[in-house]
Amino acid sequence: MQLGLQALQRDQWTVLHVAGEIDMATSPELRQRVVSLVAEGANYVIIDLSAVGFCDSTGLGVLVAVVKRVRTNGGDLRVVTDDPRMIDLFELTRLDRVFGVFHRVDDAVAAPIGTERDADDR
Amino acid sequence: MTARFDVELEIPARSEYLSLVRAIVSTAAALDPRLREQRIEDLRLAVSEATTNAIEAHAELGSSERIVVRCNLGEDRVEVEVRDNAEGFSPADLTPHPPAADPERLEYERGLGIPLMRILADEHEITTGAEGTSVRLVVYTTPPQGETRPTVE
Repeated sequence: MQLGLQALQRDQWTVLHVAGEIDMATSPELRQRVVSLVAEGANYVIIDLSAVGFCDSTGLGVLVAVVKRVRTNGGDLRVVTDDPRMIDLFELTRLDRVFGVFHRVDDAVAAPIGTERDADDR
Repeated sequence: MTARFDVELEIPARSEYLSLVRAIVSTAAALDPRLREQRIEDLRLAVSEATTNAIEAHAELGSSERIVVRCNLGEDRVEVEVRDNAEGFSPADLTPHPPAADPERLEYERGLGIPLMRILADEHEITTGAEGTSVRLVVYTTPPQGETRPTVE
C-alpha cells in the first residue's frame, strides 16, 4: 500500500496533502517526502491529513520528527484534519500541544505565525 | 465465557500485512452490533500498535516466524491477542515521554504504541518472556459509565 502525496505552495507554507493509511509500512514514504521538502528549503510545512483514514504511532513519530526539523530551521509545522478520530489521537497523545492542529488548510495558512490554536478552540 | 466467534490469522512478520490485520479485526468486531464505531476504531488502532511491535521484534531477530492474531467475540467483549515468537521485553523498562510543553519531547519519536494500547483498550495485558510476547487487548461491548480516558502523560 502506498500513500498519495502531493505538495503545493500556499503563501509561505508548503502544504503536503496526504492520502491513505499511515503505519509502519507507509510512514517511511511520508518521512522521506517531508525530509526532501525541508532539504529543498521548506521550513513552514502544513501536513494535510484530511484524506488519511488511519494513522498510528509511527505516523505520529514522523510528525514529531518534522516538528523538530523545521523548528531547528526557524520554521514550524501545522497539521490539518477534521476527522474526530484523528483529533482524538492528537489529544490522547498530547501532540495537539506540540504542533497546531487545524480543521481546514485555509485556517492553517491564514493563522498568523505564533498563534497556534488547537482544533478544540475553533 | 463461551466464545461466539473466533478468527485466527497468521501473518508473515512484514509491515505490508498490517492493513490486512486491521481490516480483519475491525470487520470481525463490527459483527457485534452493540459495539460503537469509536470503540471499533480504538481496537483497530490498539491492535495495529501491538502487531507493529511484534513485527519489529521479529525484524530485530531476523526471524521469519509468523505472528498470530486471534479475535474473539465474547458475550460482553471483543478480545484480541497478538502473539510473537521474539525475545520479549520488559514493559517496566519503557521510558515515559517528557510533557508536551518540554522541548525534550521532540527527542522522542517512538514509544507511543504501548501507552496508546493502554489508553484505548478497556483491558490490556502484556505477557512477555524468552518464548515471545503475547498482548491481549479487550474492548467491552458496553463501556464503563462515567470514565474519561487518560492521556499518555
